[in-house]
Amino acid sequence: MIQDLMIERAKQLLLSGEITCAAGWKRGDFITDSQPAIFESLQELENLVYDKYCAANLSKYLVGLNLKEGKILVFLKPCDSYSFNQLVKENLIKRESVYIIGIGCEGNIRLEEMQGTELLERCLVCTKTEHVVYDELVGEQLNAREARSRFEGVLELEQMSSGNRYGFWHEQLSRCIRCNACRNVCPSCNCRKCVFDNNKYDTGQKASVSTFEDQMFHIIRAYHVAGRCTDCGECSRVCPQLIELHLLNRKFIKDINTLYGPYQAGEDISAQGPLTDFNAKTDPEPGIIHQGGQADV
Amino acid sequence: MPLDKLDNLDNEDFTPLIVAFCCNWCSYAGADLAGTSRLSYPAEVKIIKVPCSCRIDPLFVLRAFQRGADGAILCGCHPGDCHYSTGNYYARRRITLFFSMLDYLGIEKQRTHLEWVSAAEGAKFAETMRAFTKQIHALGKNKKIAGGLRKELHANFSAYTGFGGQGGQGGQGAEPTEGRG
Ligand code: SF4
Ligand code: SF4
Repeated sequence: MIQDLMIERAKQLLLSGEITCAAGWKRGDFITDSQPAIFESLQELENLVYDKYCAANLSKYLVGLNLKEGKILVFLKPCDSYSFNQLVKENLIKRESVYIIGIGCEGNIRLEEMQGTELLERCLVCTKTEHVVYDELVGEQLNAREARSRFEGVLELEQMSSGNRYGFWHEQLSRCIRCNACRNVCPSCNCRKCVFDNNKYDTGQKASVSTFEDQMFHIIRAYHVAGRCTDCGECSRVCPQLIELHLLNRKFIKDINTLYGPYQAGEDISAQGPLTDFNAKTDPEPGIIHQGGQADV
Repeated sequence: MPLDKLDNLDNEDFTPLIVAFCCNWCSYAGADLAGTSRLSYPAEVKIIKVPCSCRIDPLFVLRAFQRGADGAILCGCHPGDCHYSTGNYYARRRITLFFSMLDYLGIEKQRTHLEWVSAAEGAKFAETMRAFTKQIHALGKNKKIAGGLRKELHANFSAYTGFGGQGGQGGQGAEPTEGRG
């Protein structure tokens, strides 16, 4: 079983001194509750699990990590490796202090369906079937499952009238409780001080005062990760209010793809990000948004 | 705040509030030229000077809407003429995406506009502002993305600028999520 292979390999690396600790998942209070964990000894490694509930993307846990010596071992699913790459590109992870073991993934289970077998939305549209960065691969590399187009939802919304779209987003975003989970889990959201933090007191900003605050939070959050969001789907996964946050991020991704050429964040660390780049000749004017389309109602 | 409540906030005739973000080197100078050439443009337009169109953070625009603006117009040097060489090329991409996102959220796209205005185009500046103001008049009050703080804004604006009397509570609203309403 892949889990046993992972434990065995981690133990070997630990014994050989190649790594000083490992980042993986351990079982939580329930069987569906596999959570991120750091393992520092052979004994602790016995508790490592890898199953369909190991949805957490471990890349973010490596941000700002400053190891004095040795390396940390991290297990990455194919989609997680994109986030990892993006973070390396942004100089937030030192590639040389991490040892990556790539593991195959059959998709993660939606937690709302504890007993069920329904996959996370991101897994239903997943095309990231190969690791973009790794030191070694362990176990069977499954993947290549049939996927829906990830832009279906965006297209559907685009075809609605502007009034209906507003209604849709109003309903979605007014459910937000500003728990900040989406922000905290996001590998691209890694500012030490967020613009949405309260700057009078040293606390995270919570509980917005009006629905406008939520609109603004979500527009700006999506905007801040535009061009860097790898579409890892963590934000939608963790939202306790089941807000379809991927529809915001994918709108930016879709726009970038159509206006400035296909771009997948995290795929290639030498590629110039779409918003830190321009093409003086071919970039359309913002007026392109105002032309055509539907009249506002 | 429920929309109908917002309606009752002010029953006076609709005078839109339009915020124009103008870059220091071209558009602001263009506005100046419009002034010195005695070309009038609507008083509803309030200009905010920014160093470069690239400095316009989408948060500025959203903040303007929250504080009661009915339209936001962004102006900068023509592509190729940026004082900092490339600022407006970056701005062009960002603003395109931002406008697209606002439209996607169902916010009337006619409320936002971008126009490249050079320092020599005083007439174009005045004409653009007239046309945009007309467009906002036709659209009516901004309800979809307003924070319901119109009155306060007018008061604050006088406090900041020293025009219009009454005085507001001053500049405490600068914190991004310090909503008041
Ligand atoms: S999908 Fe969500 S969590 Fe993942 S990078 Fe994009 S915004 Fe961040
Ligand atoms: S995770 Fe969901 S409820 Fe929490 S802040 Fe994000 S969108 Fe709002």
